[in-house]
Amino acid sequence: MTENASKLQVKDLNFYYGNYQALKGINLEIPANQVTAFIGPSGCGKSTLLRVFNRMFELYPGMRAEGEILLDGENILARDVDINLLRAKIGMVFQKPTPFPMSIYDNITFGVKLYENLSRVDMDERVEWALKKAALWNEVKDKLKQSGNSLSGGQQQRLCIARAVATRPEVVLLDEPTSALDPISTAHIEELIHELKADYTIAIVTHNMQQAARVSDYTAYMYLGDLVEFGETDGIFTAPKKKATEDYITGKFG
Amino acid sequence: MEQSLTRTGKANAVKDKSFSRNNMVYRKRRLINIFNMGASTLAMVFGLFWLFWILWTLLRFGIEGMSTEVFTQITPPPGSQGGLANAIVGSLQMTFFGTLIGTPIGILAGVYLAEYGNRGWLAPATRFINDILLSAPSIVIGLFIYEVYVISVGHFSGWAGSLALSLLVIPVVVRTTENMLRLVPNSLREAAIALGAPQWKVTMYVTLRSAKAGVITGILLAVARISGETAPLLFTALNNQFWSDMNQPMANLPIVIFQFAMSPYEDWHRLAWAGALLITLSVLTLNIVARWMGRQKTQSH
Amino acid sequence: MEKYKNTSHLKRQMQIDALFRISTRFFAFFVLAMLLGILFSLLVGSLPALKHFGWGFLTSTEWDPVAENFGALVPIYGTLMTSFIALLIGVPVSFGIALFLTELSPPWLKRPLGIAVELLAGIPSIIYGMWGLFVFAPWFGDHIQPWIIDNMGELPLIGFLFQGAPMGIGIFTAGLILAIMVIPFIASVMRDVFEVVPPMLKESAYGLGATTWEVVRNVVLPYTKTGVIGGIMLGLGRALGETMAVTFVIGNSTIFASGLFDAGNSIASSLANEFAEATSELHLSALISLGLILFFITFVVLACSKLLLLQLKKQEGRHS
Repeated sequence: MTENASKLQVKDLNFYYGNYQALKGINLEIPANQVTAFIGPSGCGKSTLLRVFNRMFELYPGMRAEGEILLDGENILARDVDINLLRAKIGMVFQKPTPFPMSIYDNITFGVKLYENLSRVDMDERVEWALKKAALWNEVKDKLKQSGNSLSGGQQQRLCIARAVATRPEVVLLDEPTSALDPISTAHIEELIHELKADYTIAIVTHNMQQAARVSDYTAYMYLGDLVEFGETDGIFTAPKKKATEDYITGKFG
Repeated sequence: MEQSLTRTGKANAVKDKSFSRNNMVYRKRRLINIFNMGASTLAMVFGLFWLFWILWTLLRFGIEGMSTEVFTQITPPPGSQGGLANAIVGSLQMTFFGTLIGTPIGILAGVYLAEYGNRGWLAPATRFINDILLSAPSIVIGLFIYEVYVISVGHFSGWAGSLALSLLVIPVVVRTTENMLRLVPNSLREAAIALGAPQWKVTMYVTLRSAKAGVITGILLAVARISGETAPLLFTALNNQFWSDMNQPMANLPIVIFQFAMSPYEDWHRLAWAGALLITLSVLTLNIVARWMGRQKTQSH
Repeated sequence: MEKYKNTSHLKRQMQIDALFRISTRFFAFFVLAMLLGILFSLLVGSLPALKHFGWGFLTSTEWDPVAENFGALVPIYGTLMTSFIALLIGVPVSFGIALFLTELSPPWLKRPLGIAVELLAGIPSIIYGMWGLFVFAPWFGDHIQPWIIDNMGELPLIGFLFQGAPMGIGIFTAGLILAIMVIPFIASVMRDVFEVVPPMLKESAYGLGATTWEVVRNVVLPYTKTGVIGGIMLGLGRALGETMAVTFVIGNSTIFASGLFDAGNSIASSLANEFAEATSELHLSALISLGLILFFITFVVLACSKLLLLQLKKQEGRHS
């Protein structure tokens, strides 16, 4: 399919909420250092799939996943995988900005301190590095001690991205990261996604098809728990192979 | 720019080392987590331990002290046969009148807070004070009734006890009435007003009626609360060894239990345990019924 | 004609409406007046004693009904000390229970455990007192206290707290029973405020690889800080005013003693024990003064608790 090595391989993945099957036999390879977008109507399972990648679903009772997801060849759904380590390797950003109730500086160091024992100087450097990555440094460098809640919505979301990259994960999951933001902040974040893919493998769920077309290299179209079509974004948007994908993209339904 | 690039390089240099189970920082964190989660589980066990110990004690001694005489005979002098009949009836009477006096006041005040309480100073102030009265020491309520009623009448009485209990009922009923009325959707009020119904009819026949189950829950909770209260009766109803009417000092379960338990007589202790079991069973039953009703209500919404 | 009839009907309805509004308003005001009434009547009742003893009433350890010499320090100390012990034991346990119920409990256990905690809150206080007097105190005095006295009574600085005779009853036992009584109140407030933390915020922390404890310590607790403190204050308010459970087990001694195992007295237990038997005006007035002090302390504590919880509500509104 591509010359890129795949980072995540999903094999025959089924997912259940109690008795309801939310994902049906998903097979998919997410290439390394590329942006992969997941699109589809509400309830198609795209967010669910994202939340299987870092096993976030395990916080809630009654949910279970069957099948395999290989991260660099290792099955992350295996029982003996350390869930905290897994989540440290796979960062996540949510629909709404979720700054922790602490200072901007502490928001960034929170995740770093979990695995690394850095000196004050190294930590300062790391914070600066992460904030620069998230294109937020210039706006907050003078108020690192202020609460994360004091920032605007768009800034908060970039803070969350900075927080996610500060631990230097291998994969970053973005769950509709711009759905609560204004167009200018959205443009900022989209630019950022472009820049981040040099270092990270990115999976993004979005409602907005233009956004998928703008930011992603690969696109997966999902419908009612099935993966309908997956391929390079250009191909999907210009010459979809399946009628259902074409109907969705051209706005005939959904 | 040059500098920040090298920093990036340096920061990335340690990359592969950090995410492993042998990571020292992580190992320490895992231990802390396991320790604290263990402590949390122990705390749960600790809480349950006392509950079961107390309930078990109560059942053991309470059932031992139970007999038909408990319900048929009046409180005995030490050393002779007797029961708790006058105390049971006294408690029922005072609880009944306490609820009867407190409930309408509580409901009307609750209606004010929910229906008219969106502006002005009175509603927020009342809400605030009501929540404080909700957990104010009940013994102080007893003192208050002593000061304003017992002294002016000149003697302890069942009515004084009822009054003290009614003051405990009011805050509970105010709180639940307001909460329950606020759950009633505004569209219902508007629909009634649109038919031309005056405000008082809307409130009495539409809003309150649709919140009925919730308000009754509140009243039951209030009854549960006052039927176990001892402190406010100490200087109001006092106690009586015999049958009495509401104008005399009146026997009631909590104070008889208190007096009998603090005494040195074995047979009084037995009666005290029987009374304790009776009170606890009725309070817990009331609580469970109230919560069950409350749940029915919230589920239907 | 038809029209005229309608307006008179309307007028009557409006009058009833106004009457209805005024009467509900009156009873809302009644609740306010209740508080003022309590305060006023206690003030009036305590005047003779306060006039007679002045500020010395607060600092004197004398309590001698025969010589009519009264000071409030012993019961005040007992009230504060037992409540302090109750919080010292009750707060960590309540936190643990709330943590267990929100983060650790398997879902099928959540409901029964929640009900069990509420049952603990529903047991009348007199039952706690009886259990404490007849069951707990003898067991504690026979098995636990001697060991503590032997092993901790000699410690430097804090040793004096653990000296004395193993009687079972006393200030420590009263505090422990108060702790058991306030646990359900504090734990259920904590559980409720923990549950308002947006799941997405917690997921963000889990998403970075944080453990459950770290999520609670760094996200849940700071987010719910004011609510947690409000819950603790609510528990403190309960502990300060609790009468029956304390009266049974505190020992009812009017002599000042600093040890935890010594018998003592609290404001509420003094009232419960002496009020009905007090005959002289000064004795009654001194007891009412104690009631006033108790009411004042609990009022301040409960008001603070209420303000903190209100603040949390506002903050919650801002976040969503």
